[in-house]
Amino acid sequence: MIVTSTNHRFRKFKSLAMNGLCVVCAFLVILPLAVILFYLIQKGASSLNLAFFTGVPKPAGSVGGGMGNAIVGTLELLVLASCVGVPVGVLGGIYLSEYGGERLNSWIRFWADVLNGVPSIVWGMVAYALVVLPMKGFSAWAGGLALGFIMVPLVLRTTEEVLVLVPRSYREAALALGLPQWKTIVRIVLPTALRGIITGILLAMGRVAGETAPLLFTAFGNSNWNRHLAEPIAALPLQIFSYAIAPYDDWNRQAWAGALVLVALTFCLSLGVRLFSRGRFQKNT
Amino acid sequence: MNLTMTPEEIKTAPGRNVEQPKAAASKPENRTAPAPGAAAARPFSALSVKNLSVFFAKNQVLKSVSIEIQAQAVTAIIGPSGCGKSTFLRALNRMHELIPTARVEGDIRLFGQDIYGKDVEPVIVRRRVGMVFQKSNPFPTMSIGENVTVGLRLNGVRNRAMLMEQTEKSLRMAALWDEVKDRLNAPAVSLSGGQQQRLCIARALAVQPEVLLMDEPASALDPLATSKIEDLIRELKKDYTIVIVTHNMQQAARASDHTAFFYMGELVEFGATPQIFTAPKEKRTEDYVTGRFG
Repeated sequence: MIVTSTNHRFRKFKSLAMNGLCVVCAFLVILPLAVILFYLIQKGASSLNLAFFTGVPKPAGSVGGGMGNAIVGTLELLVLASCVGVPVGVLGGIYLSEYGGERLNSWIRFWADVLNGVPSIVWGMVAYALVVLPMKGFSAWAGGLALGFIMVPLVLRTTEEVLVLVPRSYREAALALGLPQWKTIVRIVLPTALRGIITGILLAMGRVAGETAPLLFTAFGNSNWNRHLAEPIAALPLQIFSYAIAPYDDWNRQAWAGALVLVALTFCLSLGVRLFSRGRFQKNT
Repeated sequence: MNLTMTPEEIKTAPGRNVEQPKAAASKPENRTAPAPGAAAARPFSALSVKNLSVFFAKNQVLKSVSIEIQAQAVTAIIGPSGCGKSTFLRALNRMHELIPTARVEGDIRLFGQDIYGKDVEPVIVRRRVGMVFQKSNPFPTMSIGENVTVGLRLNGVRNRAMLMEQTEKSLRMAALWDEVKDRLNAPAVSLSGGQQQRLCIARALAVQPEVLLMDEPASALDPLATSKIEDLIRELKKDYTIVIVTHNMQQAARASDHTAFFYMGELVEFGATPQIFTAPKEKRTEDYVTGRFG
């Protein structure tokens, strides 16, 4: 007899130990998030007041003012970036999943993954060369374009992945009803995968919302409200960066508060739209 | 395989040597173009297949199949796995074209019209030749009612009264109306497996096809749901031409008028269902229907 009671007990012990290890690792993953949130709230919450959300930075050294312009600026940049990243990414993802040939697709996928790995500051340089130099000035356009470039491969790959997950049988059923392929895609496949696509877009937006490097020499930052998209624009990460390294205690506190707002923004973004995008009949996935 | 066998067998099949009705126009009403009584007295072919070969890349999966599928009757396709049954079915409404490497040779005429003709769109062929699949596949983002009318709505029908009328008519034909009439707005995926499959049949019927192809429509269902589907098939043949692929020989014997036995990509024997099951002419058919192989 090979299975004795002793090695059975040892097996049970091993199973328990491995289970425990998995639980510990799972908690290790969410621990940093909890710590960061706690720290941000502790350091930043005291500086959160109406002026912080509505005001613009005060001159160096003086207490008060706020990051209203940076908060709005970040939102504007996100909209501009989405105007670039969402259509290109989603349509490209549709092409990869529904149309393209195998050879071409593997090349596009490969390059999308390479682009995904390109340091974000490089995208800032690309936008600098494409927009800032010809327009002879930093602008919201340039910042939005730089962030949009970063979104494209992210949205493209997630869109493709969720579209591939839509069972083939739905496409076949639609085509067998005599629907043309584009209608099958637009009315059957996309709605089925909508939640996944929106989640992918939100993840990409969340990723670029915190990008600082590509904005340094595109959006540049602005200590006042942006009145025109062709002018420099403030953004939360830029503002946090300059306030965090400033030698004024009040600015340092505001930098913490800004970071808290930035985290809350990405959090609300994904939470809110996820709720809205929930399919009528789809359960949580 | 002795290919000369095939046409001889086909001669015994009803629907052979009959004048083709003139090509039905794409209007669904023309489905019943021949007088209803004529179908019994003078059977005619809905689908006339000649020397059909299908290749996937270099692999030939269907070898010069010729068959006449009688209108307003049920034709069952039986045979062991991998014999080309599903491929044959999919060639009948050009669904195989979804596979890029697939290639078809031969001639298929739907009420006289070449469905592989140069200016024939696969979309139009599929509107006239509907399909029900092995696994029920109602669209998960739509309600029961929306699933029924999806083919009409997405083909541009806006008239609500007409959509409602078609919903009821199709669901009644699919023997599902009484079970769902009070919850047409409920999600389609809330139905049981058998109900979902009947919903898929209703969805296929709503676009008023002339021929309905069924690819093992009951293989994933329990016996009770299966018998409902079979009753339904017998009922539907009054109005439709039905081709059903099945693994279940009892089902073929119960539900069909004609049976075609496929083996290794060839049509071995085609004839009236009772003849195939009680007096098969081919040894291989006999071996298969008596359960000696397959």
